[in-house]
Amino acid sequence: MPHVPLSWYLILSAILFALGAAGFVYRKSVITVFMSIELMLNAVNLSFVAFSYQLHRIDGHIYSFFVMVVAAAEAAVGLAIILTIFKNRGTLQIDEVDSMKL
Amino acid sequence: MNFYLVSLIKIVIVFAVFMTTLAYLQWIERKVLGHIQSRTGPLRVGPHGLLQPLADVFKLLTKEDLLPPYVNRFFYLLAPFIAVSLALISIAIIPFGPEVNIAGTHTNLEISNLNVGILFILAISSVSVYGIALAGWSSNNKYALLGGLRSSAQMISYELPLTLAIAAPLLLANHLNFRAISEGQAGYYLGFIPRWNIFQMPFPQIIGFIVFMIAGFAETNRVPFDLPEAENELVAGFHTEYSSMKFACFFMSEYANMVTIACVATVLFLGGWHPLFPAPYSNWVPTIVFLLAAFTFLFQSLQPARRVDRYTMPLFAVGALVLAIIFAIPILQPVLVPIFWFCAKAGFILFAYIWVRGTLPRFRYDQLMHFAWTFLFPLALLNLLVTALLVAIF
Amino acid sequence: MDTVLFIIFATIAVVSAVSLVLQKHPIASALSLIGVMGSLAVLYLLLGAEFIAMAQMFVYAGAVMVLFIFVIMLLNAGSEKSSGKSWFAQIAGLPLLIVFAVVMGFVIKRGFTDLRVVEFGSWVGGTAEHIGQLLFTRYLLPFEVVSILILIAILGAVVLARKEID
Repeated sequence: MPHVPLSWYLILSAILFALGAAGFVYRKSVITVFMSIELMLNAVNLSFVAFSYQLHRIDGHIYSFFVMVVAAAEAAVGLAIILTIFKNRGTLQIDEVDSMKL
Repeated sequence: MNFYLVSLIKIVIVFAVFMTTLAYLQWIERKVLGHIQSRTGPLRVGPHGLLQPLADVFKLLTKEDLLPPYVNRFFYLLAPFIAVSLALISIAIIPFGPEVNIAGTHTNLEISNLNVGILFILAISSVSVYGIALAGWSSNNKYALLGGLRSSAQMISYELPLTLAIAAPLLLANHLNFRAISEGQAGYYLGFIPRWNIFQMPFPQIIGFIVFMIAGFAETNRVPFDLPEAENELVAGFHTEYSSMKFACFFMSEYANMVTIACVATVLFLGGWHPLFPAPYSNWVPTIVFLLAAFTFLFQSLQPARRVDRYTMPLFAVGALVLAIIFAIPILQPVLVPIFWFCAKAGFILFAYIWVRGTLPRFRYDQLMHFAWTFLFPLALLNLLVTALLVAIF
Repeated sequence: MDTVLFIIFATIAVVSAVSLVLQKHPIASALSLIGVMGSLAVLYLLLGAEFIAMAQMFVYAGAVMVLFIFVIMLLNAGSEKSSGKSWFAQIAGLPLLIVFAVVMGFVIKRGFTDLRVVEFGSWVGGTAEHIGQLLFTRYLLPFEVVSILILIAILGAVVLARKEID
């Protein structure tokens, strides 16, 4: 039974990162843009874990654990900001939020 | 190949028993509730309503499968599927008994021995919010949406005390694996106090157990925390728009979650399959229990309350007698007795679920949140801190 | 078995990620992201990272995404409006995306020549025990800093979202 080379995992991570970046640029809804960022973080996590396998050390796991924790903190603050934007402007379209003052 | 065959057999057995339990749990619930409220419960289908679950399944299968025109079709159909599949998956890692030797094959009495068992259970229980939230949202109905929102908020809030309550016995067990946790609770203090985590030195987890059970009630949306489906304010909550088998999926997932919580509580706090008192005596408890049941059935058949009891009660007595004899066979005892003890403990917790449902009124929504954040959460945190301190000292 | 599992879940991950980018409705995007996260958790298991796989499900799919879905439901965010740009302008970036992915693939193929072959079960380093040991010895300071970060984030979220939405 053939096994999977580690480079496949890294390529998958690159594809996911590219898709996340594409979503970040392409989408208009604040929430979806935010989710694209999460997708990029996930892709980075995958390559952390893959490199961890390559080195047979678990430092990469710790880094991806920290990435998760920071992502959770970021999600809490980010969604609070989105709530505030919606409250003040009544829209979630990112290109309609274009002035510093109301 | 042997591994795959044994696993397949175990999966089939566990699945069959689990599904039967889910069907009959509902019958037991209706019976117990009936007797709590001085009614008789289901009685018409079969002797003592024993075929009622079957009748319910037929009823749900043959009902018209409504698909309201205003729903978001894809998510509306996806939600019950998510709910039921996530609810059924957790039973795979519950250990029912020790490692046994059947016909030369060594095997664990569980489907899968996962290293990170507790984390798996937590992961599954935290993901299972989606079924309810999606059902509420995709129904396009304000009652359903309110029910879905309430339930997501409730499940997120009660997950914190649940997790903190789980963390304390983990400190005592020093392991995340369910099998290792169960095995760590073998033995007795002074020869008669079991070393279950609920009695475990240096800090008995009684508070942890109570917090876990309360949070577990809330996680499964049971009375007194069944706000998501409070019928006096929300019609039926998140499953208002569901009918037929799709409703049955939600129903089944609720009962499956109950069984999972009961099994996890048994493993974490009540010592898994370890009996209440030391081995030579505890092996005969199942036999004695089933003999007593057989005598009760015989006694009832002598003075039947209904005419049909004259024929059904002796039949039940024979069944109980056969079970008693099976449990008395020495070769089978190492396999069956641990399973009996596990089922007895889990069954007691399930009975407590029904008992509470028959006793307590429903919380108000603000009371529910207040209770979680200002009482349960600090209590669980305190319990964890004290446990950690005592474990570090001793 | 490894190859089959990898191909299945890598496909699910990529398809879900594409659907995250293309779906018009935020809830559909959020569910696609959960699909990506779930399949990544399986890939972590294949790489011997048990703890990270479960933390992925628990923290990401269980907590962060529930928050997302909660906010989407609360704001009743509908489908995204079309930006009004022409059809050509919308797909003009596609070659760039492909070039990026191909270059990355090329760099990985050429840059890392002595990569291991992943064999499921041959290395299980990421147990909770090992991670905990490392987390509370060598990475103790980052751990504490992160916990303070979380505390600040909670306070910030509460302050930002304190007032009721009309």
